[in-house]
Amino acid sequence: MNPVTNEIAIEARSLGLGYPGSMQPVLEGVDLSVAKGEFLTILGPSGCGKSTFLRAIADLLPPINGQLSVLGKTAAEARRQREVGFVFQEATLLPWRTVRENVCLPLQVGKGRIAKSVQPRADHWLELVGLADLSDRYPNQLSGGQRQRVSIARALQCEPDILLMDEPFGALDEITRDRLNDELLSIWRRTQATILFVTHSITEAIYLGGRVLVLAANPGRCQALIDLGSLKDENGACRRESPQAQEIAARLRQLLRDGGA
Amino acid sequence: MKRQQLPLFEATILPVAGALSLLVVWEWVLPALGVPAYIVPTPLSVLRTFASEWRGLVQNALPTWYEALLGFFLGNLTAVILAIVFVYSPRVRAAYFPVVLLFNTIPVLALAPIIILVFGLGILPKVVIAALLCFFPTLINMVRGLTSATTNELELMHVLSASGWETFWRLRVPRSVPLLFASLRISATTSVIGAIVGEWIGSDRGLGAVIIQSTFNYQAERLFAAVLLASLSGIIFFAIVGRVERIFHRLATA
Repeated sequence: MNPVTNEIAIEARSLGLGYPGSMQPVLEGVDLSVAKGEFLTILGPSGCGKSTFLRAIADLLPPINGQLSVLGKTAAEARRQREVGFVFQEATLLPWRTVRENVCLPLQVGKGRIAKSVQPRADHWLELVGLADLSDRYPNQLSGGQRQRVSIARALQCEPDILLMDEPFGALDEITRDRLNDELLSIWRRTQATILFVTHSITEAIYLGGRVLVLAANPGRCQALIDLGSLKDENGACRRESPQAQEIAARLRQLLRDGGA
Repeated sequence: MKRQQLPLFEATILPVAGALSLLVVWEWVLPALGVPAYIVPTPLSVLRTFASEWRGLVQNALPTWYEALLGFFLGNLTAVILAIVFVYSPRVRAAYFPVVLLFNTIPVLALAPIIILVFGLGILPKVVIAALLCFFPTLINMVRGLTSATTNELELMHVLSASGWETFWRLRVPRSVPLLFASLRISATTSVIGAIVGEWIGSDRGLGAVIIQSTFNYQAERLFAAVLLASLSGIIFFAIVGRVERIFHRLATA
């Protein structure tokens, strides 16, 4: 298991989030600290503001009240310093670029821009997600799972301290999803990144997370924060079918039912 | 419904045979039906006229090509620049895009006499008509292309802290290039049409002038030869744009 340090990666204090021009907040009163190196999964019914929370950390949405600090800075500063990577629900690959060129995009724009010979690094990340052989293909020649792997490699290209993932495997079949879950855990162990992972799947939330944050809807708010440490072995892995995992799954299902109304 | 796939041999030979059959009907059946040669000359006599008068025809084609080319560049360049302004300034776009679209509904050919009235009888009015014909398709396609980046793609660029220029160059431009070339291919032929229409109304040089004069003089062979050359010019312009597009793609993917 990654050493969860005392250093704080993300800290929210009575954070309220909403869309500009709308009076109704999407998510309010969020108090949360995420330690560096932690893997936090976020579960909640539709409309509870799971994605909104990630978008605020990525500086895609300004907070309407409260405080949010990312690595001790504002979200905008952390973004500008390339410390936050984002994996969208859809892979969002540029169709006119090959796999390798897509993975190189972060090196061609913004602060991460570097002059030349970026190819070896792109290949390194593609190898990590198991796509080294497909680097010259175009996105439309890949399966959904492969595309999402490319988008993970692209997010890793900036070597972010924080990786935000917004239901990245939501559209994939269960077998592919299980395999990508294992790959993601191994990437997490190797990169030591802090990961916030939004999902609809209780199984996925338990399997991946060191802690699960459960949100409730109407209005969006934090409902529970459950530590999964007791389930995990020294590698941060757990068996999906173990009785303890089943028990926590039942509890999460109940929490989601209560928070959905 | 099952789509029928012809064997390669038939797929190449049939279009040629089809065209030839129509030419044969034109060459021998029309005269046999009593259509006089000063109304519709036969294809062979048109070719003969083309061979004997090609010097004069090409001499008249030169100003037409020149006007079409200038109009092509002027119209497309203005359209691309205006599209960029529209995309980056929502206020300018809100104020002027509807006016431009409304303007587009005026048939440019009907506008031609007014343009001659404003710009006189020189080369300029022909260039302006050709440019106007190129302008609208490119403007509309470019605005569509430049705004076709998805929200996700724009957010990706934001998360990567891409500058405005980088987002333009790495996202909006590649998104609009296929649409730009589509409208450039249309412009390649319409610019020739614009130049010829301009010459109809006020010129003693150019393919348009040859077409009008030979019509009034019942020089049907020359008329048909001029039309043939005008059509060839459009095809050549079209082919050049296609060539440039291929070179561009090769450079872009290198």
